[in-house]
Formats: sequence, C-alpha cells, structure tokens
Amino acid sequence: MSLDIFKEKGISLDQQQFTWRDLVQEPISKLDNDAFTRVRIILMNGIEQESNRFLHAFARMNGELRKEAARVRRVDHHQQTQVNWLLPADQSPLETTIGYEQVAIEVTASVAQSEPDPYLAQVYRFGLLEDFDHMYRYSALMDRVEGKDANNILQSYTDILPGRPTSVEHRAPEDDLRRPFDRTTADPLSKLNALTIMSGENQTRDYYMNIGPTFSDPVARQVYAEIASIEEQHVTHYESILDPSQTWLESWLLHEANEVYNYYSCLEFEDDSRIRDIWERFCHYELGQLHFVMDLFQRTENRDPREILPQTLPEPIQYKSQRDFVRGVLEKEVEYRANGADIGDVKESQATLDYRKHMNSEGSPTDIIAEGYVWSPGTELMRKAG
Amino acid sequence: MKSSSKITEGTRTNRTGMAMSPHAEQMRQVSQMTHPSSGNGGLHQTHAAYLKDTHSIGTIPPPGSAKGAMKAAWEAIKGNKAIALVDKTAERLAFERTGVRLYDALLEKMDAAKGFSGGPTVEAVKTIRDEELQHARMLAETLDELGADPTAMTPSADLVSVEGMGLGAVLGDPRTTVGQCLHAMVVAELADNEGWTTLRSLAEDMGQQELADRFTRAEQEEVRHLEQVRSWLKAHAKTEAEVAG
Repeated sequence: MSLDIFKEKGISLDQQQFTWRDLVQEPISKLDNDAFTRVRIILMNGIEQESNRFLHAFARMNGELRKEAARVRRVDHHQQTQVNWLLPADQSPLETTIGYEQVAIEVTASVAQSEPDPYLAQVYRFGLLEDFDHMYRYSALMDRVEGKDANNILQSYTDILPGRPTSVEHRAPEDDLRRPFDRTTADPLSKLNALTIMSGENQTRDYYMNIGPTFSDPVARQVYAEIASIEEQHVTHYESILDPSQTWLESWLLHEANEVYNYYSCLEFEDDSRIRDIWERFCHYELGQLHFVMDLFQRTENRDPREILPQTLPEPIQYKSQRDFVRGVLEKEVEYRANGADIGDVKESQATLDYRKHMNSEGSPTDIIAEGYVWSPGTELMRKAG
Repeated sequence: MKSSSKITEGTRTNRTGMAMSPHAEQMRQVSQMTHPSSGNGGLHQTHAAYLKDTHSIGTIPPPGSAKGAMKAAWEAIKGNKAIALVDKTAERLAFERTGVRLYDALLEKMDAAKGFSGGPTVEAVKTIRDEELQHARMLAETLDELGADPTAMTPSADLVSVEGMGLGAVLGDPRTTVGQCLHAMVVAELADNEGWTTLRSLAEDMGQQELADRFTRAEQEEVRHLEQVRSWLKAHAKTEAEVAG
C-alpha cells in the first residue's frame, strides 16, 4: 500500500491534543516485545527530537514564522514524550545503548539498500560498519562489567562482531565532510533517507553524552566518551550530505514528510497492536502537520510543494534482520577509509593520522574493553573451555 | 492474585533467549567468525590506574558540640571515631527514610492486588512502615544531640541510596507484583539489619551505652521486620507454586 500524502490530510493541527496521562502510557516489555518494536521507538524518538531541534533553529532564523513553528514544535515535543516514555524502567542505560546501536545497524542497512544514489549508499555503508563495531564494544562492556548478555536485547537479529575498529574511526573534522545531494535533482527518497539517519545519529550522540557520566566504572565512562566522539563525527558525516541551499521552508516540508514516512514505516511492521495504534495516530498527526506546512510553503515561497515532495511515499523502511547484507558489507568494505569526501580504498590524510595518533596515545578504551572478546551465548563466562 | 510466574500473557511471550529466535543458528556462528585482538590486561591496568589516583566520594561534615544527656559521654570520644559514628548514623537515617517510602509503595501495590494465604496484611505493613519512620526520627534527633547536622548527606548515606536504587525501581514500577516487591523488601531488610548491627556495635565499642540502648531497640524491631517479610515472601513462593502446579 502506498500513501498519497497530498490526498490524505490527516488530523488538523488544532485537533492534535494530549493529556499528561495520555503522554505516559504503559511501557513495552523488555522481555516480551519484539526487539524491532524497541528499535522503532528509539528511532521515532530521534525523528521527533530532530524535528524539535530543527524547529528551534528555524525559529531563531525566521522571525515571521515563529508562531507557526512553535505550534508544530509543541505537538512534536509531546509526540516525542509519548514515544520515548514507552521504554521501560527495567531497561538500563547500557541495555538501551544496545538498542540504539541495533537501530544504527538495522535501519542504516535498510536505508543503504533502498538508497538510489550510489555515493549516498556508500556513505551509509561506511557509517554502518562503524556503528556495527560499537555494538561489539558495548556488548563486551556489558559482559565484562555487568555480567550480562547483549543478545537478550538483540534477540539474535543482529550480529555481535568487530567492524571497522572504533579506534581507527577517529578522523580529522574535514575528513568527515561528504558531498551533499543536489536539491534540484536528488530523488525525494534520498532526502528522506538522509534526514532519517542523521536524526538517529544525532539522538545517539546526545544520549551517550547524557548517560556516559552516569556509569561508575572508569572504563565504561571512557568507552562512552570515545563512542560519543564518533557519533559526533557521524552527525557531521550525515548532515553534510544535505544540500545546504535548501530553503528553510523546503527543509521544514521535508522534515514533516519524513515524519509521515517514518510513522508509516513503523505502522507497516508493528506487531504490537497497542503500539501500532500510536504509530497510526501519529501518522495522521504528521499528515496534518505536513499539510499545515505545505500551506505555509505555498503562501510564503509561492511554490508548489509538489516540486519537493513525491506524490506517494516510497517503500517503507524494512524493519527486519539485515544480517546477510551487513555481513556482505563487512567482508568487502571493512578496510575502507575516508579522505575528504572520498570513501573507499583511499589513503587517509595526514591530518586524520595525526589526530588519531594523539587521541589514542594513552590507549583506546574501546580496544581495551574488547581485548580478546568473543561474544558467546549467555556471556563469555558461560563459554566452555576448549 | 496477580501472578509473578506466567509463561504467556495474551499473545505475549518471552523473547530474550536464543531458543525463542528463528535466527539463533546464525547468531551462534558469531563466535566462530570473531577474530579478536590479543589481550594485554588493559581493562585491569586501566582500573588500577584510576584506583590509584582518585579522591573519595566526599567528606563527613564535622560535628559541633553535643547537647543534653549525650554531652559528657560524647565529648570523651575524639576525632575519627566520632566522625565514623556520625557517618553510620546518617547512613541509617537515609536508609530508614527511604524504607518508609518503599513500604508506602508496597501498601499501594497491595491495595490494588488480591491477598494470598500467609501474605502481608495492611495493618502489619503499616506497623513496619511507622516503625521505620520512628527510627528515622530517632536517628535525626540523635544526630542533633551529637551536634551533627541531620540534614547533611554523608558518604555512607549517599552510598546506601546508590545501593537502594534498584529497590525503588522495583517497588515503583506498576508492572511488578506484590511477590516481586516482597523480594526487594527482603533485600532491604537484610541490608537494614546489617546496618543496625554495625551501628549498635560501633556505639558499644565507643562506650556510648545510652546510644547503644537506643539502637538496640530499633535493631530488635528490624529483626522482626525481616522475619515477617521473609515469611510473606516464602508464603508467596508457595502460592505461586500451587497456582503454577
């Protein structure tokens, strides 16, 4: 089923309401819900957080539309609250971290395969192998500091293997900047994909920066410090593929379309009927917001939103194990590096080599935590000798 | 009674184990596919470096002058001993205050659930809750008499609150059952019993008989709390086994 975003008007903005009780619903079960329900909750928190972040920046730069931005932002804020509060209290920050990396792997893998632009697909595969390595390092941390198995969270959908080692992911800032798509020629799906993955990475960076100091173990604090730094690089990497010549309203329109697209994708795959109802409700809310912004776009820029948006939404994000694809990318591209905007079998810049050498000069925490680490069912403590 | 031990709930079933996953076989391949870096004991070395070069969690506020009946005996104790007793007294105060809140949460949970044979009655839990509150007030008064600040958070008071974080999380979660909460309360009461024994012994060792007597009365009540909560937990386990059987 494809959704005609011009025909479907959703729920109008003035009908989008919440109560405190409505915002705080029963969370999912860490034990019983499918791991992909958690993946969707985490990603949608990131999508809403990006909307909030974008609309605050928008308001700071567009005085005449502050009221409109504030109205939409308030609803998005409450949508984010309702979604993120679905995570349960028995899910520890490190367990949630495993969920964040599962998002980064599975969603990026789906996007890398749907991406029509070969360069952008390479950008996604490059980032994917770095987040894939984070999963291995955090799993080692969980095993070795807490005695817990990350696969209780992953439910066997996602491998726990070394990727491009985190210690070699450190690059000079200029080597994280990629070539942006061209707003006039890029496929609408490329624009949505870029927003989706950038949103996920930005919330991951923010999450690690918030929870890193809550750990008592100094190695855990170091691991979060090191991986948060890579997430900052990833935000740079992914935001640099956005065409900076898009107008503010054009970008707002795409943010709204992307929110519709993401809730629609969640809806297509959700197996928990209670959570499905939330995706459906918010898909209608976002359609209402999209039409609100379409109207602003038409009135302010005198342009037809059809110049920017597709008539119908693309195929949804595929919420299923992308193991085979990821293993293939790992085998072929783990040695790829970046130099400026180029990714592949390239020589790294002296600036990157110098930066990395200095950052790792007192050791790399992610190397330290995973020395000799082999994930085993039920933790490495349960592995039988020989 | 809301059961703590179910295999399914509606269409829900536990998905955390590999036996439940159609992808388990591929997951098992991971162990063979991993080529890890060699180990140099880096984790231990990093821990050791931090352990060597660190400050404490924090300090104990210096006590002022003792008051009333405590004054003579207390002023005979000098320096670190007095400070250690203040720290442990403040620790119990923090724990007892939190204990009151844990029992408040248990009472709410019981209010929403059916009882079970041999389980807690509201009256019995209220009695424990009120005794925890009396202990907290007695400890605050004691600190005041010793010239210490009952509003300050000492290092031991801070650490028992860190230890107890999981207890509050279990009691506060609407999804947990009375039985699951009773397990958390046994953990709390075991720790509390140990805390009172330590505090009473410390007072005795310092020759503070007046203090030791106060603490002994509380300690005896805490022994009863532990016995009661343990018996409720045991009764709950028996009921669960009968339901499951």
